[in-house]
Amino acid sequence: MFKLAVRIYFKMKNTIAERIADFLKRFPPFDLLKPHQLLDISREVKVVYVQKGDTIFNQGDEGHSQFYVVQKGAVAIQRKENGQTDTLDKCDEGDIFGLRPLFAKENYMISANAEEESILYAIPIEIFQPLIKRNYRVGQFLIESFASNTRNPYSREHRGKLYTENEIQEDSAPELFELQPVQYVKNIISCTKNTAVSTVAKLMSAKNVGSVLVVENEIPLGIVTDKDIRNTIAVGIYPIDIAVEKIMSAPVICYAKGLTIAQAQVAMMKHKISHLCITKDGTPNTKVLGIVSEHDIIVSQGNNPAVLIKAIERANKSKVLKAIHERIMHLLNGYLQQNIPMTHVSKIMFELNDATIKRVIERSLEKIKTPPPVKFAWMSLGSQGRKEQLLHTDQDNAIVFEDVPENKLEATKAYFLELAKLVNKGLNNIGFDYCPADMMARNPNYTLSLQEWKKQFTEWMTSPGNDEILLCSIFFDYDISYGDVWLTNQISDHIFKLSENNQLFLTALASSSIRSASPLGFFRQFLVETNGEYKDFFDLKKRAIMPITDAGRVLILQHKIKNINNTAERFEKLAELEPQNRELYLSCSYTAKALLKFRTKQGLLHNDTGRFIELDTLSKEEKIKLKRCFKTINDVQELIKLRFKITAFL
Amino acid sequence: MISFFKKNKNHPDFWKDYERKFQHKLPELIQDVRFVVLDTETTGFDLKKDRILCIGAVNLEHNNIEISRTLELYIDQETFNPDTVKIHGIIKNEDLNTLTEREALVTFLNYIENAVLVAHHAQFDIAMINHALKRLGLPKLKNKVLDTMVLYRATRINSNLIDQNKHYSLDEVAENLNISVKDRHTAAGDAMITAIAFLKIVAKLNKKDKGKLKHLLQVN
Repeated sequence: MFKLAVRIYFKMKNTIAERIADFLKRFPPFDLLKPHQLLDISREVKVVYVQKGDTIFNQGDEGHSQFYVVQKGAVAIQRKENGQTDTLDKCDEGDIFGLRPLFAKENYMISANAEEESILYAIPIEIFQPLIKRNYRVGQFLIESFASNTRNPYSREHRGKLYTENEIQEDSAPELFELQPVQYVKNIISCTKNTAVSTVAKLMSAKNVGSVLVVENEIPLGIVTDKDIRNTIAVGIYPIDIAVEKIMSAPVICYAKGLTIAQAQVAMMKHKISHLCITKDGTPNTKVLGIVSEHDIIVSQGNNPAVLIKAIERANKSKVLKAIHERIMHLLNGYLQQNIPMTHVSKIMFELNDATIKRVIERSLEKIKTPPPVKFAWMSLGSQGRKEQLLHTDQDNAIVFEDVPENKLEATKAYFLELAKLVNKGLNNIGFDYCPADMMARNPNYTLSLQEWKKQFTEWMTSPGNDEILLCSIFFDYDISYGDVWLTNQISDHIFKLSENNQLFLTALASSSIRSASPLGFFRQFLVETNGEYKDFFDLKKRAIMPITDAGRVLILQHKIKNINNTAERFEKLAELEPQNRELYLSCSYTAKALLKFRTKQGLLHNDTGRFIELDTLSKEEKIKLKRCFKTINDVQELIKLRFKITAFL
Repeated sequence: MISFFKKNKNHPDFWKDYERKFQHKLPELIQDVRFVVLDTETTGFDLKKDRILCIGAVNLEHNNIEISRTLELYIDQETFNPDTVKIHGIIKNEDLNTLTEREALVTFLNYIENAVLVAHHAQFDIAMINHALKRLGLPKLKNKVLDTMVLYRATRINSNLIDQNKHYSLDEVAENLNISVKDRHTAAGDAMITAIAFLKIVAKLNKKDKGKLKHLLQVN
């Protein structure tokens, strides 16, 4: 019997191996192999699943008996040096890594960590090695990839030198802009000290530059700029044919290469100059390497929000949008490190997210080909609607479309559901996770005509049970991301009409807003989750952010203020409307911002949504700050209890 | 022990071999457990009348799927059935070995041993296999079974706003978990998709690693 099994085992068809071969043949060096070779390899592949943050191998680990191809996801290749971790390369679909054991019996010199949940194909070296020996081009390609996997920023710079002195540097990694080394112009326009100013001026016009370096034996003596000529020759202090030496600024302010952009900006401000000279050792006594101008810095400012918005608007692939989003996260991280006010940060992040969503919708509309049958609006709900979405949390959204005759309703809805499916998927590809409760436009419950939405809100607000209140709290904070603003205004008006003098609804909303009691226990210790996946973690969203958000919503609704969705802004408005509670509301506004910042920092630190916090990792100062926030939440909940007279219901 | 052998006195050796595998206890931690993720193609949904056309299965251990240990069995059909035409086409075109139902089951049991079986809507696949075993006069499969449909449902949040009893097709699960579905509707392809879905679902259910098998069995 056993023999039979073995016989079949070897003759078996292997559909999966065929699919793996189909995938591999799209990428080098596998495209150089013959079909049967590829199938033989595919049959021996191991499919490896790694979660975000998992390590595939560490620097110094013994080489695996296999190398890897990324089938889906992203893997960061990192090197640790002097306690600092540098990301050398990022591998995504079709990229290969972990090649060292293929060439040498050495331990890994780099680490490979999953940046996202990924699926890898592990290819046994034993099977692959004979192919390299037989196929020169395959071997050549692998050696090149191996070299580029292990390259570091230094070798990248030196590589350019092999070809030409004046080569433009490659695009650098999308790290935080200010901390990147400054890029300098190597093609220097220079003259000697005896050159006449008129000649220098002609040179400047011809080369279209604002400065000329005065050098002697490749050592910088001084620099002449537009401004120097204006302040000396134009005002008549010197004649125009005088030697440049007389009017140049000297000594030149010099720095060594490797200067960061931030340092360069500070140096220019300090010396009130617009050009820096880069020399070999950073003093004016060695060879000139290049010039850094203020203008070049501004132009190259890749992570400037305005530049990013332009890039989003031009993006034609989700891969590009995803890459831009990573740069946005760097920008966010930089803002938080520099303590830039939260109001400013959330506004910029909102605009960037908003532009991204708009772009995804535009692209989806292009894909559908037929234009929308009627006007519609795409509504972003929840945190993006409140302009509080800094990290990539879930996507919550809905569609409202213009009323159509009964007999056309179904077809119209089908069109918008199709659109919604594309947009939801597109957003998911960029990194906005699907909403776990399916609060997304692709859900037929949330893509409705204006009439249907009005009816829906009427139902929710006239018989407010727990679920209805929850839905209201999600749908009240919407922001129009795309489409016709008239439609969403109609919904807003409808909601305000319904809430007017609707004591039942307001009370229900108010009592739901104080449902999550103070997150501090009797002994002022933190209340942590008692069960589930996040046992012993502190749920920042449920216990702190939601209560303050809910409080802001019900209070502002009572005042019938529309078009303010941001929690901090809502409280600022409330402070204006109720001078007697000004102090409390302002501290609520502060609390909302502080919590948001706290969550964002936690999220960036742990590369997640920042919702759950491990208390042990907090510093004493952070804990005190958090506790102060809770006191404010407690106070505003007391105010709501009194105002809506809900003690009796509890 | 005595009654154990007595009861099985008349069963063939391959069944006894299979049964013997269950003397070992399963490992406690998910990462140490061997899973066999499977899918069957059948002529229909009637447990009595319909037959298995093809069984596809992948071997999953330590988050790894070894392609060389994939199982793909095509079964001879005694009676002609229009639904089997497509699969006959595959068999003919690719010059595949087909097996009798008995040979297929022998190979299958020898392959699965005491692994935990995983399938989407597992109940159906397992029932089909159990009926085939019954035709040979054999008892039901002894393996523990996990259903990715039920496990997936457990990853959804507990909210009144979503239907807790909704049934999710493999396509829906794949879409939500971002799995490409190029190989749909071949038994092995579906088994592979189910395996990836299973890995992702387990990762979601056990954010902190060192998950235990018994917790997964409890969900089911």
